[in-house]
Amino acid sequence: MNSVFGKLKAGLSRTRSGVVDKMDDVVKAHNEVNEDLWDELEEILISGDIGVNVSMKLIEDVRAKIEDLGIRKTSNILNFMKSAVKRVVMNGETDRDIFDIPESVQLPYVIIVVGVNGTGKTTSIGKLAHQFRLQNKKVLLAAADTFRAAASEQLEIWAKRSNVDIITNMPGTDPASVAYDSLQAAISRQVDVLIIDTAGRLHTKANLMEELKKVDRVLKKLRPDVPHETLLVMDATTGQNGLSQARQFMQAVGVTGIVLTKLDGTAKGGVVLSIRDELDVPVRLIGVGEQMEDLQPFHPEEFVEAMFQ
Amino acid sequence: MFQELSDKLDLVVKKIRGQGKITDKNIASSLKEVRRVLLEADVNYKVAKSFIASVQERAMGQEVLRSVTPGQQIVKIIYDELTHIMGDKDVPLNLTGSLPHIIMLNGLQGSGKTTLAGKLALNLKKSGKKPLLVGADVQRPAAIKQLEIVGENVGVPVIGDASKSPVKNCSDAITYAKKNGFDVVILDTAGRLHIDKTLMEELKSIKDVTKPGEILFVADGMTGQDAVNTAKEFLNWIDFDGIVLTKMDGDARGGAALSIRMVTGKPIKFISIGEKFDALELFHPDRMASRILGMGDVVTLVEKAQQTVDQEKAAKLEHKLRRQEFTLEDFYDQLQQIKKMGPLDQLLGMMPGMNKNMMKGISVDDRAFVKVEAIINSMTPEERRRPQVINGSRRKRISLGSGTSVQDVNQLLKQFQMMQKMMKNINKFNLKGMFR
Repeated sequence: MNSVFGKLKAGLSRTRSGVVDKMDDVVKAHNEVNEDLWDELEEILISGDIGVNVSMKLIEDVRAKIEDLGIRKTSNILNFMKSAVKRVVMNGETDRDIFDIPESVQLPYVIIVVGVNGTGKTTSIGKLAHQFRLQNKKVLLAAADTFRAAASEQLEIWAKRSNVDIITNMPGTDPASVAYDSLQAAISRQVDVLIIDTAGRLHTKANLMEELKKVDRVLKKLRPDVPHETLLVMDATTGQNGLSQARQFMQAVGVTGIVLTKLDGTAKGGVVLSIRDELDVPVRLIGVGEQMEDLQPFHPEEFVEAMFQ
Repeated sequence: MFQELSDKLDLVVKKIRGQGKITDKNIASSLKEVRRVLLEADVNYKVAKSFIASVQERAMGQEVLRSVTPGQQIVKIIYDELTHIMGDKDVPLNLTGSLPHIIMLNGLQGSGKTTLAGKLALNLKKSGKKPLLVGADVQRPAAIKQLEIVGENVGVPVIGDASKSPVKNCSDAITYAKKNGFDVVILDTAGRLHIDKTLMEELKSIKDVTKPGEILFVADGMTGQDAVNTAKEFLNWIDFDGIVLTKMDGDARGGAALSIRMVTGKPIKFISIGEKFDALELFHPDRMASRILGMGDVVTLVEKAQQTVDQEKAAKLEHKLRRQEFTLEDFYDQLQQIKKMGPLDQLLGMMPGMNKNMMKGISVDDRAFVKVEAIINSMTPEERRRPQVINGSRRKRISLGSGTSVQDVNQLLKQFQMMQKMMKNINKFNLKGMFR
């Protein structure tokens, strides 16, 4: 557990140095609470991709508390900010560990992975498969990205790495048919977990979203209760467009959770706050590194702790 | 593209335009709104700040106060500043110096380098060059394979060997290009984080060995505030020459685009606007500014038309329209030409005054074309020339033949009739040049 937390901390070090450290500097630079301080804090929040709305909300929240208590000194502001952030991040559904498959589920447990281009869907699936394998689950991958060049080859390499089976088809095949075949195969091979990769698509392309809906429909024909999880993979460097992505994908295929990738290094992940604030969809997993085990369940509490440590 | 930014700026701009008298106070409040719009669009907060400051400075100055239409004047200032932020002038690809010209692509993972490599190759091939694609990404599984397929699609040779180091791949490729008469070499490097020292060193040594004339930083148009930091880091490491923004066909707010140019001082050279390999546009700061402000981009539209429209056919059509002989056959031809110009929603987006609100309710679906095509295809030549002969049973036959309903056929005929009527009206004005 300790090492996981350490990794998360390391992964989020950029967020810290970006947002929290800057806030710390600003707070220290001001002895007394004043208008300037609030403006500067707001700017820092916005620069961390937290979004204008949430940033203003956070500032108002902290400001109201401080003014209620009649505090003039700035020393405690960060603590108030932390609780305010916590309230936003912990808002909504409490997050369930994706690796805990509920007893009630009729296997195979079906996960479909969607998202815009280049967010890391295939890589995330590789890592997911690896972790299910570690739990001795029988995993099947489905390469339903029949559009992008060499997408199925990429997934095949991941399948080999984690030693799991994979269903592929020719490029240009209807993704829905690949998904259908894979579910059929998963049922007959008595697989525990089926993970379906789909092509990256911009959420604004109506026909591509229709294609995704079809995949969902076709799966339901075989088993009305699938997919159990529809994961939206989002690049943590995404700005406020992330909200729009989440909304559109939710509308099309009922996203059950978000996978936030590339949180290590560059990313600030401030968009988590916008998502938690405006949408009722949990963040399930976060990617904090290149290693197989660096895709981890998201714990809001830990996330905030790591941010403010 | 820039839709949301554009919509919101449009609102603010309308407000400003409507104000007869400009005071310091109403300028300040309008500009505060503009600032918020920019921030929401992921414009870097420092860039937003300086943008607002310079607009404000100019708006308070003499040029506005003396102007007869101060509102318009402020809009003009916003337009100028937007253009300025995006780089003022077009900067084309640098293809000078000794052959082969070397173009090196780099950027974060998933920014779209490999797809861009294909688009660039196609673009260069179309302009008469002989490009070679080089797969130097030995990191991501099947990356070279992807480039090979991309190359096949655009008809450009690809070399690259996943078992060789990226540097070796690139230097071997250049030797190969020299021997085989390729004049442009496009290096597709692996995506990497700017904080990954080892990989950044690698990028640097690729640069040192290959000495590219053009280093392009590929950035995802949907990136948030961090875009600026990433770009700055890449700039420090390899001093790139230009920027390409990808995935600009979504509802990316494009703020990063505005910011990267400003912060790095390097020009944006291309924007990538679709999944097809010809969906690559040269970046024009002034045209982009007018698109953002909802003033349309007629220049690009006309250029697109010039590239695709058959001049001879256009002249014929003009003649026909004059004599009111426009038939369904001509209509069909027109459809084909429009289709060649690109997706309909993109074309509409370039029309002045077209914004999302106006397009709401009109579903812009290219597949609607397919239906119309099918219907016209199911008609006899006689029916196409003289639609008035189409009676009930013909309608039924056409609908059966095209796999549509009689209602669809009726709708098309009705629309066509309306068009003919419209043409008559237009004829009263000067038609010349409309289709050229």
